[in-house]
Amino acid sequence: MKKLLPYFKPYRVQSFLGPLFKLLEATFELLVPVIVGLIVDRGLGARLDGAYPNADKGFIFAMFGVLALFGVVGLACSVTAQYFAAKAATGVASDVRKALFKKLQSLSYADFDRLGTSTMLTRITGDINQFQSGINLFLRLLLRSPFIVFGAMIAAFLIDVKVALIFVAVIVALSVVVFGIMFLTMPLYKRSQERLDEVTLSVRENLSGARVIRAFCREDKERAIFNERNEALKKNRNFAGAVGAVMNPLTYALLNIAIIGLLKVGAIRVEGGSLSQGNVLALYNLMTQILVELVKLANLIVLIAKAAASANRVEQVFELESSLKTSSEQISEGVEKEEYIVFENVSVRYHEGGEEALSGVDFKVQKGETVGVIGGTGSGKTTLVNLLPHFYDVSAGSVRLAGKDVRAYNPKLLRERIGVVPQKAVLFKGTIRENLCWGKNDATDEELWAALKTAQAEKVVRDKGGLDSPVEQGGKNFSGGQKQRLTIARALVRKPEILILDDSSSALDYATDAALRRAIRERSGDTTVFIVSQRTSSVRNADKIVVLDDGKAVGIGTHAELLECCAVYKEIYDSQYKDDGEVGA
Amino acid sequence: MKQDKTPRQRARRGTLKKIFSYVGKYPIALSLCLLLYAATVAFTLYIPILVGDGIDLIAGAGKVDFKGLREICVKIGISLIGAALSQWLVSVINNRITYSVVERVRADAFEKIGALPLKYLDSHPHGDVVSRVIADTEQFADGILIGFMQFFISILTIGGTLIFMFLTNVKIALVVVLLTPLSLFVARFISSKTYGFFKKQTEVRGEQTAFTEEMISNLKTVQAFSREDENEAKFAEIEGWLKKASLDSVFFSSLTNPTTRFVNNIVYALVALIGALEIGGMSVLTATAFTVGGLTKFLAYANQYTKPFNDISGVITELQSAFVCASRVFELLEEEEQPSDEGNRTLSSVDGDVSFDSVSFSYTPEQRLIEDFSLTVCPGQRVAIVGPTGSGKTTLINLLMRFYDVTGGAVKIEGEDVRALTRNSLRSSFGMVLQETWLKSGTVRENILLGRENATEEELITAAKAAHAHGFIKRLPQGYDTPLGEEGGLSQGQKQLLCIARIMLALPPMLILDEATSSIDTRTELKISDAFQTLMEGRTSFVVAHRLSTIRHADVILVLNDGKIVESGTHETLLARGGFYHNLYNSQFG
Repeated sequence: MKKLLPYFKPYRVQSFLGPLFKLLEATFELLVPVIVGLIVDRGLGARLDGAYPNADKGFIFAMFGVLALFGVVGLACSVTAQYFAAKAATGVASDVRKALFKKLQSLSYADFDRLGTSTMLTRITGDINQFQSGINLFLRLLLRSPFIVFGAMIAAFLIDVKVALIFVAVIVALSVVVFGIMFLTMPLYKRSQERLDEVTLSVRENLSGARVIRAFCREDKERAIFNERNEALKKNRNFAGAVGAVMNPLTYALLNIAIIGLLKVGAIRVEGGSLSQGNVLALYNLMTQILVELVKLANLIVLIAKAAASANRVEQVFELESSLKTSSEQISEGVEKEEYIVFENVSVRYHEGGEEALSGVDFKVQKGETVGVIGGTGSGKTTLVNLLPHFYDVSAGSVRLAGKDVRAYNPKLLRERIGVVPQKAVLFKGTIRENLCWGKNDATDEELWAALKTAQAEKVVRDKGGLDSPVEQGGKNFSGGQKQRLTIARALVRKPEILILDDSSSALDYATDAALRRAIRERSGDTTVFIVSQRTSSVRNADKIVVLDDGKAVGIGTHAELLECCAVYKEIYDSQYKDDGEVGA
Repeated sequence: MKQDKTPRQRARRGTLKKIFSYVGKYPIALSLCLLLYAATVAFTLYIPILVGDGIDLIAGAGKVDFKGLREICVKIGISLIGAALSQWLVSVINNRITYSVVERVRADAFEKIGALPLKYLDSHPHGDVVSRVIADTEQFADGILIGFMQFFISILTIGGTLIFMFLTNVKIALVVVLLTPLSLFVARFISSKTYGFFKKQTEVRGEQTAFTEEMISNLKTVQAFSREDENEAKFAEIEGWLKKASLDSVFFSSLTNPTTRFVNNIVYALVALIGALEIGGMSVLTATAFTVGGLTKFLAYANQYTKPFNDISGVITELQSAFVCASRVFELLEEEEQPSDEGNRTLSSVDGDVSFDSVSFSYTPEQRLIEDFSLTVCPGQRVAIVGPTGSGKTTLINLLMRFYDVTGGAVKIEGEDVRALTRNSLRSSFGMVLQETWLKSGTVRENILLGRENATEEELITAAKAAHAHGFIKRLPQGYDTPLGEEGGLSQGQKQLLCIARIMLALPPMLILDEATSSIDTRTELKISDAFQTLMEGRTSFVVAHRLSTIRHADVILVLNDGKIVESGTHETLLARGGFYHNLYNSQFG
């Protein structure tokens, strides 16, 4: 909770007043049985023959007035308490949510890869919501229940010490039972949940794998597996249910045993004159309050434990330091050098002790050159180009831009010079214009259209109805090829010094791909272009092609040179061209 | 007019009947439950009466009736044992019935999934089916059983309390009976008011989630374009609305408890007041006189009286939703199954003679796809299926495997209509690799063994080697015993290699390869294709492909467009024809 505590600071008044008012309300509630006892003893003034002709009606009415007043004041107190609790809970959660969003955005590519999108999303949605209701419950109730339980005990002590000892005994016994059973059943329920997950998995697999399961005639086996899991779930639940079902009857029995004790001890004390009938009545009513509150407390603790677990998970994200190493220099410009981009003996390792994704890659690029990067899946192509905008860190060697290590640049300024078209073509909800302006906030219509033209996306936009036509979430209203062209346009809008096309024409047909590459070459002038691809046709015209195989640069040169001397490149080329090629989609 | 039931009523009645067909399987347990519930209620209501009587016996110093008190204590003891025991037993029995019903409904539903035609599975979101089998089943059984029992218990409690109160003191009983429902109205009022706030909160939260999801899942793009600040501003803006909406809904909804408690406190005070006045008004102690003990009982009852009402109103919503869930579950259970296999012949000794006899097929009646298509494939022939994406290449495979049935004509294997063959024998004569790889959760070994369960370790490894999967499998943390989760942790290409290994192990008489190597890089693909060539030798095969070598060597090429077979023939004849295939070929290689 350490990292989250500061978020309570702006709400410390509310966080304090909420529970305080709650306690006030509880105090009034505790006083009710005492007042009722007074009504019997003082108001009725019991007489020896059991009749009450000299009942003090005035006192009775006065006490009724007190009870009603307690009700009203109690209501006012608890409404105030609820308000403060709600205010603090939603306020704290809101601030945490904003901070978490900021934090998530500041993490590095390597951190995203490790955390995974779904984890990050659950943290900022489900976990924070859980945390919020936890705070709310905590402020409202966590103090109330113990207060009533112990308050009842203290009230009992004030009335009669001997009888109060029964209270102590029953509170201890009830706590042991309530918490003991909770403790016992929690792992049982957890196990049930796991079994249920297995059953769910079976169902889901048999839906998603229906074709394969039927093709291999696995239906009977799958059914057997399912039935086994289903049966196991039932057995587990029957057992957990039987144990859990002990709680209510047992606590009920304990409480009533205590009531028997109260009557017996009470009888002796009343007979001896040290206790009145009204006192016994008050004690009985106090005792019945205990059970309800203890059960509430137990349930509350479960909820709060859940919220605490959520808070912990949120906290873990706050504790992450972006793994990206940036020097303190934060320069914006390099010293222009002849060697524009240098990869010097670059190795990348994503995890400590893991396999190297790139090892010992070494090459130089002149300004305005086009560089092709080719290799099979998992050969390290994307990793290589992601080093330049400093999305990943090298684990050895260095990447230099204009004579300066990319780590020395202010990341934001560095990235503004580079246009990236990622492998996954992503458009965001909004309009086409809004999407394109990601490249440059204040781009004019001319600039946008020019970029669209180069990206072969002019017709796409015209067909959709112009720059202000809507883009659905995830760009669902565009085909894969259309999305790719628009993401290319988005990168071009900023007229980048360096353009990185990461396998970003895979959904384009050959003709469009060729036209695109031609247009980029014509328009870009001295823009340095990196083209990542699996297809030799996409890179064959590059000034320099880097051939990657298992993270190693196995060949660097032009198409013609590589065909001569690089076996891997030749194999790739042959697999795509020799006696064949690709037909259809 | 009684016959004129609305369809909805009829459907409800139908659902009720079906629910009973599951729940009614346990008549003894159910009646035992009802009996035990009645006992629980009786005991629980009896104890406060005993306590009240007990308090009457300790009226004051020197007036304690110890003998009577002892008797009462024994009675309380017996009652509490009775109450606790019956309460425990009833929960256990009720749980057992519920879990058994859940188990049986789920088993039936699972069986149903296996018997449903793929048409259903393809056209229904899987998440929806899963939630019917898992969540709806649970809620239906829970809601019906626990809901019904709760209802029963509440009615008994209310009835018992009323009888007692009116028998003891009409005046106080009237106060309790008339005023207590106030708390229910207050609660209802608040919840109807807060509904709007909750709706608002849900809307804003939905908007925020959508935005967050979009940006967080694409953080790489966000960072590449340095859009962090803009996003943060937008997030803060939505968060501002959310904060307000949350405060409203959290605060107003949390008012229910204090206000109902307030009403109850007032009722309690009134009971104390009138009770005391009643006692005070007694001039002589008679048999029916109202005593301090009577007041005790009333106070206890007044405290409990609201609970069954609250329970009932909760139960009604629960029952309603249980009903909805039940009807969703039964809807699934009553879906039309694929035609039964019964009496069908088992396909044995397959040579690979496949024919389409004027086959027509369409997924929906409005959109005709295949019409009057005929083709004879001789044993050992290779059929290539080409066409642009979405042209329906997979449709033919669906018909061959009998995942779908033709709407006209017949698909024949060895001269027999596939509909006259058992599905198992038909499907096991094909080996299929699809573009969409599917791995079951389990180890790598288990996944490959899907091809042939009883294969030896040696055969397994040979198959993996043939599929060029052995190398990467060996590098996995636990080799062949590496568990694969639902996501698998493997690349798309590696998954495809595993699927190919299955086929290499199964060695079926016929092959279906649907873009089987689409995710594998071209170098590896080239290596595998050798293995495929060997495999296809002498086996009738159907190959959906984009690689020209596969296509060129095919005995027949089927060219599809828009779901229709537009041309068929060999590579040469098709090129010579100058039609669709010609164009397709030239657009790529011209």
